Amino acid sequence: MNDFSVHLPILQVVIPLLAAPFCFILRKEAVVSVFTVLVGFACFAISMDLLAQVIDGDVLVYELGDWARPWGIEYRIDILNALLLVVVSSMAAVVFIAGPGQARRAIPEGRGYLFYSAALLTLTGLLGVTITGDVFNVFVFLEISSLSSYILIALGRSRRALMAAFSYLIMGTIGATFLLIGIGLMYQMTGTLNMVDMTERLRDAEQTRTIFVALAFVVVGISVKLAVFPLHQWLPNAYSFSPPLVSAFLASTATKVAYYLLIRFCLGLFGLTLVFEVVEIDVLLLPLSVMAMFVGSIAAIYQRDFKRLLAYSSIAQVGYMTLGLSLASEAGVAAGLIHVFNHALMKGALFLVAACVTWRMGGTRLDAMKGLGRRMPVTMAAMVVGGLALVGVPGTVGFVSKWALVSAALEKDAYLLGFLVMASSLLALVYVWKLVEIVYFQEPETGIERREPPLRLLVPTWILAGASIYFGVFSDFAVDVASRAAAQIFAAGM
Amino acid sequence: MMQLVAHWNYFAVIILMMVGLYIAISRGNLVKKVMGMNIFQTSVILLYVSMGKVSGGTAPILIEGRDDIIYSNPVPHVLMLTAIVVGVASTALGLALVVRIRESYGTVEEDEIVALDRAEDEREFSGEAG
Amino acid sequence: MDAEATIVSTALILPLFGALGVVALGRWPNLRDSWTIAIGLATFGSVARLVGPVMEGARPALVQPDWMPGLGLGFEVEPLGLLFGLVASGLWVLTSLYGFGYMRGHGEKNQTRFFACFALAIAAALGIAFSGDLITLFLFYELLTFSTYPLVTHAGTEQAVRAGRLYLGILVSTSVLFLLFAVLWTSVIAETLHFTPGGILEGQIEGKQAGLLLMFFAYGIGKAALMPFHRWLPAAMVAPTPVSALLHAVAVVKAGVFSVLKIAIYIFGIDFLASGGFSNVLMIVAAITILAASIHALSLDNLKARLAYSTISQLSYIVLGAALATSASMMGAGLHILMHALGKITLFFVAGAIYVVAHKTEVSQLDGLGRRMPFTFGAFCVASFSIIGLPPLGGAWSKWFLIQGAFDAGEPWMVVVFMASSLLSIGYLMPIVARGFFRPLPDGEEEGLDEAPLLMLLPLCTTALACFVIFFYANDVYRLLAPIVGLDGGS
Repeated sequence: MNDFSVHLPILQVVIPLLAAPFCFILRKEAVVSVFTVLVGFACFAISMDLLAQVIDGDVLVYELGDWARPWGIEYRIDILNALLLVVVSSMAAVVFIAGPGQARRAIPEGRGYLFYSAALLTLTGLLGVTITGDVFNVFVFLEISSLSSYILIALGRSRRALMAAFSYLIMGTIGATFLLIGIGLMYQMTGTLNMVDMTERLRDAEQTRTIFVALAFVVVGISVKLAVFPLHQWLPNAYSFSPPLVSAFLASTATKVAYYLLIRFCLGLFGLTLVFEVVEIDVLLLPLSVMAMFVGSIAAIYQRDFKRLLAYSSIAQVGYMTLGLSLASEAGVAAGLIHVFNHALMKGALFLVAACVTWRMGGTRLDAMKGLGRRMPVTMAAMVVGGLALVGVPGTVGFVSKWALVSAALEKDAYLLGFLVMASSLLALVYVWKLVEIVYFQEPETGIERREPPLRLLVPTWILAGASIYFGVFSDFAVDVASRAAAQIFAAGM
Repeated sequence: MMQLVAHWNYFAVIILMMVGLYIAISRGNLVKKVMGMNIFQTSVILLYVSMGKVSGGTAPILIEGRDDIIYSNPVPHVLMLTAIVVGVASTALGLALVVRIRESYGTVEEDEIVALDRAEDEREFSGEAG
Repeated sequence: MDAEATIVSTALILPLFGALGVVALGRWPNLRDSWTIAIGLATFGSVARLVGPVMEGARPALVQPDWMPGLGLGFEVEPLGLLFGLVASGLWVLTSLYGFGYMRGHGEKNQTRFFACFALAIAAALGIAFSGDLITLFLFYELLTFSTYPLVTHAGTEQAVRAGRLYLGILVSTSVLFLLFAVLWTSVIAETLHFTPGGILEGQIEGKQAGLLLMFFAYGIGKAALMPFHRWLPAAMVAPTPVSALLHAVAVVKAGVFSVLKIAIYIFGIDFLASGGFSNVLMIVAAITILAASIHALSLDNLKARLAYSTISQLSYIVLGAALATSASMMGAGLHILMHALGKITLFFVAGAIYVVAHKTEVSQLDGLGRRMPFTFGAFCVASFSIIGLPPLGGAWSKWFLIQGAFDAGEPWMVVVFMASSLLSIGYLMPIVARGFFRPLPDGEEEGLDEAPLLMLLPLCTTALACFVIFFYANDVYRLLAPIVGLDGGS
């Protein structure tokens, strides 16, 4: 038994990896769907166990094939990784429950198993990026997750999904290649790919132009994946034309992992001094974050499609996360990480609501959602919960994030910034309330028959909506883990 | 000046990189976009390989009993094997998508596709009003 | 958990439980309505049981430390909050009775949702009343806003939706932009958010910054309806009358001014407020609001709108009382929460009764109606006198202390404001009574008694009577509030 638990880090990645082709072989949708849920929850259980192992500050190192660094690749788990592993695997597990009810409606007949294979591969990639302690391995896993997520997006019903996937592919590949260039330059300067060694040597190395260029390439490359304004163009199409379940999965995991990478590279590898004092990326990142908050929210107000609205809102929410990082303080990074966790919950819930709406109406156009409050009240109640969380109403997770972020800003005497965060959350109120009015106060065009989606869709939606409230009231878990993670990475970044 | 010339390999990489990036961004033809992306990726392979070159070094094949031989750094080459695989996969996926796009839109020109999408939008929303 | 803390948690949970019960019993209206009354009485009962201990100086507390680290959800019952809690929960029972009469007499739809949201709003109001720190107060403040939104838009018409937008827009924007910001600011400079007797800000902030923070608080609490953020209150009058009566004359608006008062006493502290002179701006804003709203009320023909502007004006009495920062003015402000609540709820009850019986909404239509509905108009008359501040009605006491407070603070102009506003309130309230009793009925309408249904008449007579009775029991309220404003008990 003891032997087995030693191998948990690798199992975290290998289980979904092996499960993916297995789905391909099984093919039968009923079997595959149950199987995937099991895999999802296995990953979740493992990640929780890993988090419990590292929460007190120990770092868990797993050497692949017993090859010690620098020869082999090692998996290295500290609190930051573990937190992200939990976010990614829990969201995957919950979204996978929704699989069966959803797949038949939004994914063409007979391709359900493809959805599961690709989703498991994406999960593998995302978990891999998070867990690995080797920078080249980061690139490889990133590409695994990206390539399979292009496939997922292309599974969408409308032909526009193809174009969305294609644009994302071009953008995403360029972004990943930028990262690869950056990694290459870092390797050139340090002669190692292992994160620990690289960190040590980068601290000692002379601050040459090569390092600056490497930092630039890395940050830009990750920013594409993270959809930092103005590199966000791929996101609205990708999220609004993909099957809603895929949007739910990607919105709550992919950008989060990219944010993790940004923190890992900026604070972990390059170090606080280089990034924020020598190169001063906050000079650029901070205004861009603020612009993302406003531009994303304002654009969301004018959308005519529910999923597209959510997609633009995601751009604004990414702005909050990067704002946390660009404050360059422990509290700021903690706030960003809290928001990673919280945003995953609320956006996941909202995209699952979109999945329910698609199931019922065949699409998510806002004018098709008129009067849905009476036609599917349970689903729409979840939408209201998610929406209130986006606005940041106290008692929901959104408030916890906002509180942490604004406190962090005020701690640095950035009063105006704190005020801007508040102001931008009011824009969220505008688009959320637009939804509420459409859903509750406009007359439906066709009938008012009451019919809720099947439980398989409703249950995960409410798991996430309920979690948005639960963790808003009992926010200890997220705040505690995020603060510890921030403290740890900050100690390393000094 | 001499220093610049000595770095000719990097210039080659940068030129290829820019060419690829430019094509990927500016061309409207989706196939050309994929090719641009491919060139861009290839330039990175060159970057890594030239990075691994140690002047006067030879292929890193260990010969017993000889420790006077200078070897090139093999690691970048190995890394690039993986990068090539990734590149092939993304190119293949890109081209596959292009095929599907061609099937459903009847064209691979971006501006025509955008026009088709826009027309579809207008039909939907004006149909709503009427 | 000691006995008192148990009562506190019971009082907080009962209305929530009530809301659930209302939803569950929605199919059986009679059962549902009896349930509401039972819960209302139980809630009032448990709040009332706290009076004794609090009078003796106890401060029952209930802390739920699991909310954000360092920011536990905390409740602590102090006299002012207890008074507000008593007012809100006590009038809830009466309003529920009235509401059954009104909603049924009017055949409104979605009554279950209505009464459920009502119970939720009361839970939120009690949460505000008993909050032990700023963050808890903010949480329930927002809950109150969102739980009353479905009540404001109850009619579902285009006009109601627009009013709802204004309601939510103003209340949420001000609370997020100003109040939350002020709360965060306070937490950064004072490193605590706990309501502490004597305040927590003294020595942490001064001069202009303190004035700015005070204004952030005052404007952040949009429910106090300081101009220019008062527009939501008249807009909210599209709601059914029981809502206007309990929420927009008592629970919601009083939650606003109560918060202002509580922040003045427990965050700034009376001494600190009085020392700096930085509350002058707030004083002037409140004075302007008092006068401007009264003058505007004179010009309005719609009865509910006139009452709404009267409310705006009266709310600023309390804000002004807080800004004057003397023991007497604070006492006056505290008393006014109770006195105005009793008076104004009566006036709204009457407005609703007139609407249900005679389908009249405008002041100019009320000619001679007093002779058909003598009890209703009699109650209106009594309540009006109380609002104006004539003895032997409750309103006289609060006005007395407020004016004394203005003298103590050395602000003679503020005395003039109070006086002028009393005159103006005669001007906008008395014509209604005069029309009702002394003008002839319009042609074609029959003389003869046509009173409101008993379920409506009973509550409105009760509250009118209460205005009278409380005049003689004001001493008890005084003794309750005296310790926190720095006065000796008993007079």
